[in-house]
Amino acid sequence: MNGRKWSRFNIVSVTLGFAFLYLPIVLLVIYSFNASRLVTVWAGFSTKWYVALLTDTAMQNAAWVTLRVALISASVATVLGTMAAIALVRYTRFRGRLLFSAMIYAPLVMPDVIIGLSLLLLFVAVGLDRGFFTIVLAHITFSMCFVAVVVQSRLLTFDRSLEEAAMDLGAPPVKTFFLITLPIIMPAVVSGWMLAFTLSLDDLVVASFASGPGATTLPMKIYSQVRLGVTPEINAVCTILIAIVTTGVVIASIVNKRREVRRLRDEQAARRG
Amino acid sequence: MPSLGSIRRSFAPWNDAAAKPYIAFENVTKKFGDFTAVDKLSLAIYEREFFALLGASGCGKSTLLRMLAGFEEPSAGRILLDGQDLAGIPPYRRPVNMMFQSYALFPHMTVEQNIAFGLKQDRMPKAEIAERVASMLKLVRLGEFARRKPHQLSGGQRQRVALARSLAKRPKVLLLDEPLGALDKKLREETQFELMDLQHELGLTFIVVTHDQEEAMTMADRIAIMDKGEVMQVATPADIYEAPATRFVADFVGTVNLFEGKVADMSGDAGRILGADGFGLRVDNLAGAKNGARAWFAVRPEKIAISAVKPADEGLNAIEGEVWDIAYLGDMTIYHVRLEDGRIVRTSSVNSRRASDEQLTWHDRAWISFRPDAGIVLTR
Ligand SMILES: Nc1ncnc2c1ncn2[C@@H]1O[C@H](COP(=O)(O)OP(=O)(O)O)[C@@H](O)[C@H]1O
Ligand SMILES: [Mg+2]
Repeated sequence: MNGRKWSRFNIVSVTLGFAFLYLPIVLLVIYSFNASRLVTVWAGFSTKWYVALLTDTAMQNAAWVTLRVALISASVATVLGTMAAIALVRYTRFRGRLLFSAMIYAPLVMPDVIIGLSLLLLFVAVGLDRGFFTIVLAHITFSMCFVAVVVQSRLLTFDRSLEEAAMDLGAPPVKTFFLITLPIIMPAVVSGWMLAFTLSLDDLVVASFASGPGATTLPMKIYSQVRLGVTPEINAVCTILIAIVTTGVVIASIVNKRREVRRLRDEQAARRG
Repeated sequence: MPSLGSIRRSFAPWNDAAAKPYIAFENVTKKFGDFTAVDKLSLAIYEREFFALLGASGCGKSTLLRMLAGFEEPSAGRILLDGQDLAGIPPYRRPVNMMFQSYALFPHMTVEQNIAFGLKQDRMPKAEIAERVASMLKLVRLGEFARRKPHQLSGGQRQRVALARSLAKRPKVLLLDEPLGALDKKLREETQFELMDLQHELGLTFIVVTHDQEEAMTMADRIAIMDKGEVMQVATPADIYEAPATRFVADFVGTVNLFEGKVADMSGDAGRILGADGFGLRVDNLAGAKNGARAWFAVRPEKIAISAVKPADEGLNAIEGEVWDIAYLGDMTIYHVRLEDGRIVRTSSVNSRRASDEQLTWHDRAWISFRPDAGIVLTR
């Protein structure tokens, strides 16, 4: 760190902070390999809970539902959120813009319970059968706001003269959007999609309100099982989830880092002529 | 082949009453809210002309170009291109192309793809596009950089890509918004001549925006001097310099000494301009002025001679003063001479001999002198 020595205070606070964050996760991973059924008693290494998962169709179904919900809702939310962001940044003078932008931000601060409850009321009122479809709808509703915010902040720094140049060269507005604007803001759109995807994977509260008897997501399944007591099988499921998420994050950051390094190198080369 | 200079000299459609302007701004006004960026402006630009818009930053030059390109609609007035009113025609249907101040290269496309972009929009056959792109790359000498992305290029190379991209469609009119602003001085001067050659070779109409008067003087057939959204004067570089219409123009382009006074003793075009100190300047180009009217005699520094003794010729205007400042620039020397009343007069003399024997130095008494036709009489 700039050649400066770490003070003792810094070392202690960083250690404590990381311990607080990761100790529970480490424990969870360790106990998922516990041979004993008792969660807190270590009885030797075993992978039998992972084997057990292979035959647990209820758990597998829940995982499958979660994955599909997340994929569909993240994709739809990305399209809608990007459109909302464009409307907010580009059309600064339409009627009701203030209300619209306030409404975009509201779900970010609204407690999940309220979102879930209000959606439930809506679904009941319009007579929609609750199940897979309503969970997807609910997730689209709240994750699209996050996408809108991410894409909006990218659009604010977007150089409009690029679009003008494209139009000047003969591209009509829609074509300009797909050939110029979208490719350039794509990293933000992808971030928005990943955010929406993780939000959907995570969600327990809204899904519980919006789902019906037919559809159970993985968080709902885990939660309902834990109420009967934590089992090593649940630990195993969670460990797999952690592994997937970690892999995703690591890959994303490596890709980003690579791109950044290449860009810096190119720019230096360009400056040298 | 005739030289560029001789063709230039014979090219003057603006003096030809029968010539039709190719681009015409007619009483164009552009308002942003309450702010008037362009104010009842009229301009006529001719085919194959290299036209420069010169003015301080914020005077509305870019706005004028953007209205021609179609990014802004005039609040009032008309813009005609080849006799056709451009109102309501979107930018992607106008036969003009623009080179942007920031270059606006598409960062996710290679040099080649950038140049081909406009051609693809026209649905040009692939083979023809490839051919045209290759010829554009050759024109701007970037052949070996075809596969690079914009961030892998230096500033000068980016500028040339932007130029190639805007020329690829062979537009009738090319608009250039401060095209050389981001280049360093040496590269800028080289590129100025390249642009002139290119414009002549391709036979296009160029409208270039700049705030650099030297750049405008070098490149343009005619210059429009703009101030606060209005055109102050449109003329050839020589006329702008030697016959400015107003004090603003005289002062904006180059350096000028202004002697203020009242017109007196008129006989024909000759007469005097009587200063407040009672000193009368002899001038012989008073056409249009009236006895007693307020006027300024504008004289460029290089037209004023400086000497240690009063010149013998009685026909000259000669004023005594004190050498206040000297700037030796190698090829020439600039003197600031302070007159009795405290005014500073700037003169510049070319150092045609090495180390002149008649050396003036700080606080020497000196005489400045100039002929009655050395300057121009301004009434505005
Ligand atoms: N879209 C806009 N909204 C409000 N004001 C603008 C806009 N575009 C330009 N202006 C103002 O109009 C004036 C002229 O701008 P511009 O034409 O860019 O000047 P320049 O001569 O430097 O190119 C400036 O004062 C600028 O602030
Ligand atoms: Mg400008």
